Amino acid sequence: MGLDTRRVETGVDVSPSSSESWVTTRLDFLVNWGRANSLWPMPFGTACCAIEFMATAASKFDLARFGMERMSFSPRQADVLICAGRVPFKLAPVIRRIWQQMPQPKWCISMGACASSGGMFDNYAVVQGIDTIIPVDVYVPGCPPRPEGLMYGIMMLQEKVKKERMADKSLRNEMEPDPQSQLYIPPSLIDEVSEPFGNAVHQTRSGL
Amino acid sequence: MATTTRTIEVELSTTGLDAQGRPQRVPLATDEAGNLVPMTPAPALEPELEGEHMLINIGPQHPATHGVLRLVLELDGETVVRCVPHIGYLHCGFEKIGEYRQYNQIIPWTDREDYLNSPGNNVAFALGAERLFGIEITERCTVLRVIAMELSRLISHCVWLGTFCIDIGAFTPFLWIFQQRERVYTMLESWIGARLTTTLTRVGGMGADIPDGWTEDLANFIRTFPAVLDECNTMLTKNAIWVGRTVGLGAMSADEAINYGLSGPMLRASGVAYDVRKDFPYLDYETYDFDVPVGQTGDVYDRFLVRMEEMRQSIRILDQALKRLPDGPVNVDDHRVILPPKSKATSDMESMIHHFKQVMEGPRPPIGEAYVAVESPKGEKGYYMVSDGTSKPVRWRIRPPSFVNLSAIPKMVEGHLLSDVIAINASIDIVMGEIDR
Amino acid sequence: MSDTFLPVVAGHAEDGRVAPPSTPRNVPYQNGAPNPSAEALRAQFADAVQRVDVVWGETTVFVDRARVLEIVRWLHDDPTQQYDYLSDVTAVEYRDLDRPIEVVWHLRSLPHRRFLRLKTLLPKGQPLAVPSVWDVYKGADWLERECYDMFGIRFEGHPDLRRLLMWEQYKEGYPLRKDFPLRGRFSRSEQLRQILAQNPEAKYSMEELTVLEAFDELSLEQRNRLRSGEKVGE
Repeated sequence: MGLDTRRVETGVDVSPSSSESWVTTRLDFLVNWGRANSLWPMPFGTACCAIEFMATAASKFDLARFGMERMSFSPRQADVLICAGRVPFKLAPVIRRIWQQMPQPKWCISMGACASSGGMFDNYAVVQGIDTIIPVDVYVPGCPPRPEGLMYGIMMLQEKVKKERMADKSLRNEMEPDPQSQLYIPPSLIDEVSEPFGNAVHQTRSGL
Repeated sequence: MATTTRTIEVELSTTGLDAQGRPQRVPLATDEAGNLVPMTPAPALEPELEGEHMLINIGPQHPATHGVLRLVLELDGETVVRCVPHIGYLHCGFEKIGEYRQYNQIIPWTDREDYLNSPGNNVAFALGAERLFGIEITERCTVLRVIAMELSRLISHCVWLGTFCIDIGAFTPFLWIFQQRERVYTMLESWIGARLTTTLTRVGGMGADIPDGWTEDLANFIRTFPAVLDECNTMLTKNAIWVGRTVGLGAMSADEAINYGLSGPMLRASGVAYDVRKDFPYLDYETYDFDVPVGQTGDVYDRFLVRMEEMRQSIRILDQALKRLPDGPVNVDDHRVILPPKSKATSDMESMIHHFKQVMEGPRPPIGEAYVAVESPKGEKGYYMVSDGTSKPVRWRIRPPSFVNLSAIPKMVEGHLLSDVIAINASIDIVMGEIDR
Repeated sequence: MSDTFLPVVAGHAEDGRVAPPSTPRNVPYQNGAPNPSAEALRAQFADAVQRVDVVWGETTVFVDRARVLEIVRWLHDDPTQQYDYLSDVTAVEYRDLDRPIEVVWHLRSLPHRRFLRLKTLLPKGQPLAVPSVWDVYKGADWLERECYDMFGIRFEGHPDLRRLLMWEQYKEGYPLRKDFPLRGRFSRSEQLRQILAQNPEAKYSMEELTVLEAFDELSLEQRNRLRSGEKVGE
């Protein structure tokens, strides 16, 4: 993959050689530009990934370059929830509540294999991916991801933010799935399709 | 072990120390000449207010709880009357999953359990499994493991120092110490290929030998790291704010500390010289020359001093280990546990059978059990394994030091102020991954 | 070494009377030298000591369930033993479901540098209960609670035996028992539904309010609301 160099629409026109200098731009562009470059993270750090998140925020990798140095430990002032680490069932209501407390517009980065899919913890205690509880914008793979990986995820999120339209209200819709609608998948079916396969847990061919 | 009073030199100007040895918090005023003098008359103390107790909830998501600890505090004004900790928010079923994995497959889980100390956990688990298999590791492997354990102690104490400083309100040491941590990460990465979750050991050896030139990196690190420690020392140890925020908090007497099962720096700060490396040695630790720092009063300040000194002692051990690092094989020559080289496995029938049996069935220890404890940065970390003769343990138990240390927190915080709870909690050096497992 | 600390030789008793410990090498599988405390236990509690095993150099003493507390207290208090440090309390269930569950205590004597494993057997089909050693070691508090949480073994005499790691209303059972499936008894979505409905972090439980003695200070109406299961603390 790698960062592609898609040309971002500049969207800014500067008046040429006028005594009263002025700028025209699209409101969408201006708002998104501001949002994307000052995402305040809500670090929901639980486990190993939180340590790599700390390393990202510390001196060598310096998250401040992305306008993100202001950790917003209160979800009320946060823009992006960075879920760093595994989320056991006991923590599921916590992360849901934090997500509900964050004001719109809000985004979510699922950092690491455990937050994204349960990772190596395929057992009775761990939620198999936080996307079963809250919507996720960017998944960062790795166990844990390197700081560079997290930064790449953040830059992907910034690109996503820059493409949003204010007119599109559906982006901000929060809905509970309606059992009557055709989009609804019953939990039993979710269980069936998400049953693990080829997992190391089934390595019981010999030797118990 | 008697508790004695100490004199702590404080560099910033205060109006002296109070009975507990903390810098006095006397309101200051400016006199005509512009000097700071104690305010006279002193402002009236707050009247004794009869009020109802308040129940306050900290966590599970709070920047000062080092993860997902939840504390329910009963407050009388600002004083903690009672504290009920709640844990389990990071319970991931390590011990259950260990019963479904072969011994070598468990090692990646040990990374993620106390994730500040991954190489140390790997070594501890490998030592336990080797006891269970009855394997003696090679000389070179022993020294490499000592290096891994001490590096791991350093990076764990680095995180402790950084987060402790942030909790008390100093941000700069966090940035300094994390730069040093990155250097260790880079070394670990060139050794085994991972920064944090190293999976460094195998039963009977190591995942990899150190690469060429690695010892020079380590020597360079050993030479330069103490300077950073000195900087932090200058910044914190005699700082009046630091002393005022840490002295006299959460003190545990020696007998209490033993009875509560505290271990590691927590126990040693209380004046008990119990260090697994000295008392129940492993990896030839008895042949290294190092000191065990022991505190006097067992308060937060002593724990800080003990850990700072431990980092210096780790550097000493690393220096000695580097000097004695012998040549030779890293892995034992035992095809029950170590895979034969790939070239032999494809040409030699016997090697191929060993390879096949190890991959398909896994190594099988005899029936038995072993409890091997090591001195992790948090304290006595034990792995207890029970084998019924199959390739997977019947029971894999982690004896988590910070779990037991944290269980004494109600005893430590009661009677202190709410803001001191944060300092005391930070001084325990908890890792929720290890506590909840 | 900085002058803040005095150099200390570890192991604060028996200075010089015992050879300094060294890394164990070539530990025999069985028939190693047993811990002298095992013999002392035999002499003191002849009828309560069932068996002494030495495996990989570690001594295991199987003791009678009813007399665990008495034995542990003696080990702790007796000046020749001084097992003052409790390392661990845990349990072992074997894959052979007919084998009894074992409760394991790992004790250390810091002055004598000794390590002793105590075990007691809990046969299947009988109530799983052992005496708590909390009276002797305060550190046993959470270790026993965890053991109760994971195995369902009741520690009689423990002051506050509640679930520790799983939430208090956890319905699926005791996770480390061998009859508990690795992925839990319920389906994933059912597990998630239950915990989201429970929301354990959002409220102070009845037990907690009782523990905190704040419950009595609530008005009668508030207490009735709590009893009916209403959430508080939100």
